[in-house]
Amino acid sequence: MTNNETGRKIILSVKDVLAGYDQVPVLFGVSIDVSQGELIAIVGSNGAGKSTLMRVIAGLMKPSGGVVEFLDRDVTNIPAHKKVPLGISYVPEGRRLFPKLTVCENLELGAYVENERSEISRRLEEVFSLFPILKDRAGQTAETMSGGEQQMCAIARGMMSKPKLLMIDEVSLGLMPSMVEKVLDALVQINRGGTTIIIVEQMVQEALEIAHRGYVVQTGKIVLSGKSQVLLDSEEVRRAYMGM
Amino acid sequence: MNTFLQVTIDGILNGMIYALVASGLSLTWGVMDVINFAHGEFLMAAMYLTYWLAFYGGVDPLVAWVAAGLFGFMLGWLVFRLVVVHCLDKTPMAALLATFGLSMMLKNGCLYLFSPNYRVLSGTWLEGKKIIAGSLVIPLPQLVTSIFALLMVSALYLLLRKTRLGWAIQATSMDREAAELMGIDTRWILTLVFALSGACVGVAGGLMPMYLAVHPEVGSLFSLIAFLIVAMGGFGSMIGAFFAALLIGLVESYAGFYAAPVLKYVAVFSLYLVVVQWRPKGLFGW
Ligand SMILES: Nc1ncnc2c1ncn2[C@@H]1O[C@H](COP(=O)(O)OP(=O)(O)O)[C@@H](O)[C@H]1O
Ligand SMILES: [Mg+2]
Repeated sequence: MTNNETGRKIILSVKDVLAGYDQVPVLFGVSIDVSQGELIAIVGSNGAGKSTLMRVIAGLMKPSGGVVEFLDRDVTNIPAHKKVPLGISYVPEGRRLFPKLTVCENLELGAYVENERSEISRRLEEVFSLFPILKDRAGQTAETMSGGEQQMCAIARGMMSKPKLLMIDEVSLGLMPSMVEKVLDALVQINRGGTTIIIVEQMVQEALEIAHRGYVVQTGKIVLSGKSQVLLDSEEVRRAYMGM
Repeated sequence: MNTFLQVTIDGILNGMIYALVASGLSLTWGVMDVINFAHGEFLMAAMYLTYWLAFYGGVDPLVAWVAAGLFGFMLGWLVFRLVVVHCLDKTPMAALLATFGLSMMLKNGCLYLFSPNYRVLSGTWLEGKKIIAGSLVIPLPQLVTSIFALLMVSALYLLLRKTRLGWAIQATSMDREAAELMGIDTRWILTLVFALSGACVGVAGGLMPMYLAVHPEVGSLFSLIAFLIVAMGGFGSMIGAFFAALLIGLVESYAGFYAAPVLKYVAVFSLYLVVVQWRPKGLFGW
């Protein structure tokens, strides 16, 4: 399937997804399309349902309605661990590194579904060149690193499965502004390397500035979507999320 | 002095075997917060298996331990899939009560099938063999069992620390969702862990009939000591369990010899009380 606007292949298609926790509905019919090579920003205030949407796509929870298609295949009810080999990687909110394992062991687990030793080493080199600090920290346990280093490690771990789609939730949470910029730069670089990326952010301006397109989520619905520049210029977005 | 050395050696030999039995328990607690109350009965079942293999099949325990280990592995696998999996993520009491029921079932099952008789194997290859050095006597059945135990515990430790599978097990224990996101089938990992725990007691139970009588209650004492070891070492800590097991083996041996055999367990439980006063989460707990 291809997107009419971009002419590129659609790799992820979410249609009318309903989801919630213990009978409390959170998502009320969410639909998004992501094309090959895009960098998409999903923005919205706290509690809007962004992470829930990511969890549904990653397979951590099953939607009560709707369909998730990845590479033209229905993956709605496939559990998370079986989605990794298909090429979906989710860096969850709060990093969720394995605190008592070393940086190197965390990264190795990122490539858990890959068995070829030489391929794993190659990927390690790749993420080390993207985040050189991780190489110095390789033997250290993850919990001993600073917040920024942990976020880099989490992104690097997410890259280790060589995903076709990388989803990153709240990359900026708890980071200094200078660190946010550094991490976002790295994401742009990863995207230029050909990996399709979805970032979920509460820092709306920063996210839309690097993304091609964006979706605005409000109480479980997509209320606005389009080219980043259009969203950045729109009255509603500026008023609601950028305090202007 | 020689007596002291002898008593020390006896304590260490016992401690190693305790370490193997306890490491299985420590593993399931550490990885999935499940206390397997039937752990001791897994041991008992494996001992019966070895006993009957020797009695009817003429298979020596030095061979039968392989079968007992596999039996323990499969028993663990089955019990996890049939019972424990339904108790995960519920109150810790759920798994506790379910496995307690299972332990009753296994114990009474063996009582019904095999009677309460103490069964002692005779004519095993190592029977009566010992190493004698001066006035020191080291019985071979115990020595061999301890060495096996030490090897098993070391192998388990290396598996956890040095292999990708081991990291996946640790990851599953730290954050199951994050582990899923790595592509780790965490349900399979938990099943495997329970099966490995069963294999530990399976191997121990496979060798112990060389020098220990088999009866339906034999697992109870061992599981009590194993619980004590896991608590004393720090819940979920393999290293803690290892040292606690050695300590308990030694204290039991010294108390049994220098005080009185009836005071063995008084000393062991007192030791536990002292340790938790000093370190409430156990030697290596955090
Ligand atoms: N594990 C959970 N159990 C129950 N409710 C949850 C859980 N996680 C999130 N929620 C609720 O779902 C809604 C959406 O949450 P979330 O998807 O995390 O929003 P966002 O990521 O946009 O901040 C919130 O109202 C939140 O309270
Ligand atoms: Mg969120």
